[in-house]
Amino acid sequence: MAYDVVGTRPVRPDGTEKVTGRAVYGADVQLPGLLHGKVLRSPHAHARIKSIDLAPALAIPGVYAAVTAADMPKVQAEGVANLGESSIEKQYMQNMILAGEKALFHGHAIAAVAAVSPHVAEEAVKAIRVEYEVLTPVIDVLEAMKEDAPLLHEGLITKSLGKPTGKVSNVAAHMQHARGDVEAAFAASDVVVEREFRTAMVHQGYIEPQTATAQVGLDGAVTIWTSTQGAFGVRAQVAEILDLPLGKIKVVPCEIGGGFGGKIQVYMEPLAVLLSRKANRPVKLTMSRAEVFQATGPTSGSVIRAKVGATRDGVITALQAQLYYEAGAFPGSPVGAGTGVIFAPYKAENVLIDGYDVVVNRPRTSAYRAPGGTNAAFASEQVVDEVARQLGMDPIEFRLKNAVRPGDQATYGPKFGAIGLVEMLQAVKESEHYNSPLTGPNRGRGVASGFWFNGGGPSSSHISFNHDGTVNLAEGSTDIGGSRASMAMIVAEELGLPYDQVKPYVADTDSVGYTDVTGGSRTTYATGLACYNAAQEAKRQLCERAARTWECSPEEVEFMPGKGVVSKSDAGKHLTVAQVAREMNRTGGPIHAVGTVNARGQAPGFAVHIADVEIDPETGKTTILRYTAFQDVGRAIHPSYVEGQIQGGSAQGIGWALNEEYVYGSDGTLRNANLLDYRIPTALDLPMIETVLIEVPNPNHPYGVKGVGEVCIVPPAGAVANAICQATGQRFTELPMNPERVCMALLKAGSR
Amino acid sequence: MPKKIAVATKINGQGMEFLCEPRQSLLEVLRDELKLTGTKEGCGNGNCGACSVLIDGRVVNSCLVLAVEAEGREIRTVEGMAEGGKLHPLQVAFLEHAALQCGICTPGFLVASKALLDENPAPTEEEVRLFLAGNLCRCTGYDKIVRAVLDAAQRMNAEEVEA
Repeated sequence: MAYDVVGTRPVRPDGTEKVTGRAVYGADVQLPGLLHGKVLRSPHAHARIKSIDLAPALAIPGVYAAVTAADMPKVQAEGVANLGESSIEKQYMQNMILAGEKALFHGHAIAAVAAVSPHVAEEAVKAIRVEYEVLTPVIDVLEAMKEDAPLLHEGLITKSLGKPTGKVSNVAAHMQHARGDVEAAFAASDVVVEREFRTAMVHQGYIEPQTATAQVGLDGAVTIWTSTQGAFGVRAQVAEILDLPLGKIKVVPCEIGGGFGGKIQVYMEPLAVLLSRKANRPVKLTMSRAEVFQATGPTSGSVIRAKVGATRDGVITALQAQLYYEAGAFPGSPVGAGTGVIFAPYKAENVLIDGYDVVVNRPRTSAYRAPGGTNAAFASEQVVDEVARQLGMDPIEFRLKNAVRPGDQATYGPKFGAIGLVEMLQAVKESEHYNSPLTGPNRGRGVASGFWFNGGGPSSSHISFNHDGTVNLAEGSTDIGGSRASMAMIVAEELGLPYDQVKPYVADTDSVGYTDVTGGSRTTYATGLACYNAAQEAKRQLCERAARTWECSPEEVEFMPGKGVVSKSDAGKHLTVAQVAREMNRTGGPIHAVGTVNARGQAPGFAVHIADVEIDPETGKTTILRYTAFQDVGRAIHPSYVEGQIQGGSAQGIGWALNEEYVYGSDGTLRNANLLDYRIPTALDLPMIETVLIEVPNPNHPYGVKGVGEVCIVPPAGAVANAICQATGQRFTELPMNPERVCMALLKAGSR
Repeated sequence: MPKKIAVATKINGQGMEFLCEPRQSLLEVLRDELKLTGTKEGCGNGNCGACSVLIDGRVVNSCLVLAVEAEGREIRTVEGMAEGGKLHPLQVAFLEHAALQCGICTPGFLVASKALLDENPAPTEEEVRLFLAGNLCRCTGYDKIVRAVLDAAQRMNAEEVEA
C-alpha cells in the first residue's frame, strides 16, 4: 500500500518552540505567589526514625510550610495501584514519597518544606532535626536473600507463584516459567554451557530532573503542572496516595525532558500538593541531580544464572535460568519481564526459568526502557554465543536455526503472531557490516538478539475542524520524542490533508479522554490507533455533512483522501474537506470527532545488533568502532524518529555495558550521585549508530505499526560483551565492562 | 537574606540591569529573575552542558558562573540565536535532521555548536564530537546531532560563498 504522509520525514510540529527555547518544560512553570520547596533526605541507608523536629525550620523567616509522613492520610485497606509498567502496594507508595517508621535508603525523603526561594527552603531543610537509630543495611541481592539478612520490611511475606508462603524475608516474590524436562534434556545434550552473571544498578539518566508544581484551591481543587510520561497516571497516583477524589485533580503535562520509564512514578507531585495545601500558595519542587540519582527509580542490578544445551548439529535442547533482581527498598523489580525476555528469541521444548524480586536498601527501582530486559539478554546472549562457538557455528547461523517463528510458543507462554526475527537475522547475515572484514589486533565483533513485549492499552484523541479546513488534534500521550509528528501524520494520511494542516497538541487531564502512559512502546501504536479511529469518525461526519448539502443519503457518498467527499453516482461531484468545514455551522454545527481505543493487538519487538570493538590492552578501555542495529519496526510512521529511538536505545545500552553503575560504600551510601562519576556516553564515546529498519507489518494495525522504543536497549550489552570476548578471548560476566575490570582481567590472564 | 547587588550586562544584544544575591548563579538569574527559561538546568554542577551560554563569545556552563560575574559582559542564550525573524542555520538543521527528541539538551547543544562554528567553520566529525563532549544528550545517541552540526556548517559555508 502506498502512503502520502506515512513514511515521510516532516519537521515536528513542536520543533520551532524547542530550538528557540520557548517550549515550557516542568521547571519553566511560573505562577503568581509561587513558593519553592526542598526535601530533607536520609543520610543513612537503613535507619529507624525516632523523631523529627520541624520547629527550627518553621522559625526561619520566609518559610511557609513543612510536611512529614504524619501529614499523609492513613491507609485504610490494602490497595494496589496500577502504574502502567509496574504495580505497588499503597502503603509502600506513601512511604516512597515520605519515609514512615524507617528510612530505607540513602536519600529517602524524610520531610519537605516550602519557602519564598529555593535558598531559604534549603536553609530550612538543614535546620530540621531528625533523630535516627541507624540499622545495618543490605545492598547486595544475594546477601539480602540470606536467612540472617537484615529485614527491610517486618511484614513482607514472600509470595511464590502468586501465593503467600507465610515466610517473612526480603524476597518479595518468586515466579517461574516451566515446560518439558530440562534435566533430562541437558543430560542428553552434546554441549551445555552454564554461567553466572552480574549486572550493576543503572539509572535512566534523563537530562531533566524531576519537577512538579501544585496549586490547591480552598474548594479542594488541585492543579499539578509536571514533566511526566503520563498525566493520567500522575492523577491516579496522587489521588491514591493522598486519598483525594480523582475528579478534583487536574494534571497539566508540560514538555518533558526525557523519561525512559523513570517519569511514570510520582515523587515530587504529592509533596507539592501537601505543601501547597498547608501554605495556601502554589509550590514548585525541583530535584537536584544528586537527588535524581539517590531517590528516583534506577533499574535493578541483578545476578543471573543462565544455562543452554544443544545437540551437535546446533539445535537448542533446553534453556534454564535463575534471575535475582534488586527491587530497591520496596517490592516491584522488573524481574518478571526479565524472565520473559531472557530466552524469548529461541525455540525450545524444555524450559525452566525462575525469577526472584528482592528488596535491598537502595532506591526503589522504576521502569527503564524494556525494564529487566538488558540484564537478561546480557546473560543469555553470551551463553548462546558460547554454545555456537563450541559447536563451531556462526553465531547468526546458530540464532537462525533456533529462532522463533510466527506460531511458535514463547518461552514465557503465549504463541507468537507476526514476528520478524527470521527476516531480521537473514538481513544481518547478508548485511555489508556483518560481511565486512574486521582486522587488526585487539579487535572483535559481537552480535546479540533482543526481545520486548510492547504495550497496547487505552488511549484517546479528539479532532475538531476549523472553518478553514485545518484540524486541531488533541491527544493524551505526552510527547517525549516526536510523537506529535506521528499523530499528525496519521490524521493527515486518513483525511488527505497536508501534514501542516493538522495541529496536534498534548491535552491536560480535563481536556481529553483517559490515555495510558507514554511507555511500553505503546504511544505510536495505541494513541496512533485512537487518532486513526478519530479520523474514521471525522470522515463519517464529513460524509454526513456533504450528503446534507447535496440533499442525498449518506450511503450515496464516500470519502476519498485527497479529494474529500465524492458522490458515488456522479464522479465529478465532490466537496473538499475545507469546503465541508467552511459550511459546518449551516450543515449541523461544529464537526468534532472522538477516537478511543483499548488496543490489544500489539506485536512484540525483536532486534539484532552488531558491535565492532577495539580494546586498549594498556588501559582496558573499549572503543566502539562500528555499531549497527537491525530492528523489526512493523511500519515506520516517521522513520527519523524511529531511527532516533533505536540510536538512543543503543547508546544507552552501550553506556550500561561499558561504564554506568551505582557505586555504594559498605555503609550503603551512594558514592557517585553526579553526572561526572556516573558516566553516561558523550558524543566522543560513540560512533554513528547505523540502523536498519525491517518492516514486517503487524496485521492488527491498519498500517502495520509495532512499538519501537524499547527493544533497542536489550541487545547492546550482550553484543558488546560478545565482541570483547572475541577481541580478548575473555568472557566478561559482570557489568559494567569498564576499563578497570577489563584491564584487571587481561592482567590476570597474562595477555597484557 | 543577603543584600542584593545591581549588575549591568548585555543579554542577546540588549542592555540589561538586574538585582541578584551574591550566591545566585547566572543560570538561576537567567531563568528565575529574567524569565529566560530557554537555558536549562540538568545537573547544577557543570557536567551536562544543558545550561550552556556564551559569555563574550566563549561557551560556559551558566550554572558555574555567579550572576554578579555578568557585570560588563555580553551574554548570548538560545533565545538570541534566531535573528531578523529567521532561525539560525543550526536551528534549521536540528529540525530537519530530527536532532532532538525530548529537546531538553537542545538549547545547550545549539549554543555550544554555535561557539564551535564561530571558531571553526568547517569542523570534522571528530572535532564536532570533541567540542560537544561537554554536552550530554540521553535520547539521540548523538548521531543526528553530529550530522545536523556538520550539515549546518556546510550550509553556512555555502551561503558565505554565494554572498
